[in-house]
Amino acid sequence: MTALPETTARKLGLVIDLDTCVGCQACVTACKGWNDQGYGVPLSDQDPYGADPSGVFLNRVHAYQMQPPEGASVVVNFPRSCLHCEVAPCVTVCPTGASFKRAEDGIVLVNEDACIGCGLCAWACPYGAREMDAAAGVMKKCTLCVDRIYNDNLAPEDRLPACVRTCPTGARHFGDLSDPGSAVSRLVAEREGYALMPEMETKPVNRYLPPRRKGAAGVAPLVPLVDVQATGLAGWLDRMLGKI
Amino acid sequence: MHPAPSVILFTVLSGLGFGVLAVLGLGALPLAGWAAAFAWGLGYALAVGGLGASTFHLGNPQRAWRAFSQWRTSWLSREAWASVAALLVLAPTAMSDVFGWGLPRILGGLGAALAALAVLCTGMIYAQLRTVPRWNHWITPALFLAFAALGGAIVTVRLPWALGLCAILAGLLVAAFQRGDGAFAARGATLGSATGLDRLGAPAVFELPHSGPNYLTREMIFVVGRRHAAKLRVLAVVLACLLPAAILAALPAPVAAVLATAVHLAGAFAARWLFFAEAEHVVGLYYGRR
Repeated sequence: MTALPETTARKLGLVIDLDTCVGCQACVTACKGWNDQGYGVPLSDQDPYGADPSGVFLNRVHAYQMQPPEGASVVVNFPRSCLHCEVAPCVTVCPTGASFKRAEDGIVLVNEDACIGCGLCAWACPYGAREMDAAAGVMKKCTLCVDRIYNDNLAPEDRLPACVRTCPTGARHFGDLSDPGSAVSRLVAEREGYALMPEMETKPVNRYLPPRRKGAAGVAPLVPLVDVQATGLAGWLDRMLGKI
Repeated sequence: MHPAPSVILFTVLSGLGFGVLAVLGLGALPLAGWAAAFAWGLGYALAVGGLGASTFHLGNPQRAWRAFSQWRTSWLSREAWASVAALLVLAPTAMSDVFGWGLPRILGGLGAALAALAVLCTGMIYAQLRTVPRWNHWITPALFLAFAALGGAIVTVRLPWALGLCAILAGLLVAAFQRGDGAFAARGATLGSATGLDRLGAPAVFELPHSGPNYLTREMIFVVGRRHAAKLRVLAVVLACLLPAAILAALPAPVAAVLATAVHLAGAFAARWLFFAEAEHVVGLYYGRR
């Protein structure tokens, strides 16, 4: 049913640290690798080795540049995927009931056997979290690796979303954001984690941790090298020419 | 938003069809025998043909029946129900007109109301989307209803109505264009709010996540073809509203019906193409394009 649950017992989600993300795209690759053979149909590619490659990914890493009022500009790598919103507009617009939010953990999923591929859920999502699979004609989205996190066949340390498990810098965290004592909730509280596009009133579960403010360097490191005092003949010339 | 031909064809033709069916259901065009069969047939062909075209943009049209299940929350599901209900409820009235059974008109009136509801639901599918600020307003369903009502009045040459509806639709189109131009800024979504990075300074796109197009850029970041938007707006208002009104006022009914309908349809297609092509989705912010 595409009615949203009144409340969810847990709010599983991701916390993404923009301070430590290095933009290596390992999460993109791990996500594609796992979900190509996990929940639902594979993530198809069209013309992957040709002139016009295209394909479905559930996670995309952007890069943005900011110019603070003072100092050097800052480049931030920005992974973008489903935020598992509490008020998920992608769920309520679905005409078939294929799109749903789980009452037990808040994960937003697509039942691909019921999806007609109308694309309205992707239109309703502000975050571009849903992509249509051109081969199967059904909507694909982040499942929070629902087939990993509860999977008793995996070693306990692997019961994490593939993107979190693979991140080499530990920039991605997974946990229950409804529990104020959970590691992810404490991280959000300490680092002032925030939600994306609050004006869309979707109440995302995922949080982003802003880049830390770096201490401004007192003097640019190359300044001493530039300020070379000439000596000897060159020094004499420098002094004489300065007087003319 | 990408102006998919199947969706443009569907919304224009089924809207016109439901307009014609509503006029006939209300008994505003008294017809009998073959003339009634032709008029009702035209209405049904447009409405059903349009609904058929809507399945062409589905990834899995064989499961389209499932779209009837979520009427509690989904406008698309409600549209499916209202469309089928209108087509079924109007059928006895259509047969009564053709075969002269003389059924009470109240059933036709109910069918006309259901046809209007179907068109309203179509409009609400777009109007409900907060992500497309240009559509997210009551003027969107009003436009769809006005197009259907005017189309029905033009095809059946209901003169005082058609002229009044021409004026109403022209006004709504101009109002929608004007409001729509400021809608994105008024919603307040920016690259800063989309990324939360405005706390460090004004963000700009440094590098895209992929070098080629993907589903999002193809479907929701449609930037080509807005170049002629100003000309198309004028064309839409002139062809959909002003010229049909002049034709209906000047020419005799049978000629006027064919000519005005053709001109109105051309205007309706231009307006509907613009409706999609000019609509900007907030996801474009992430890509630095709208």
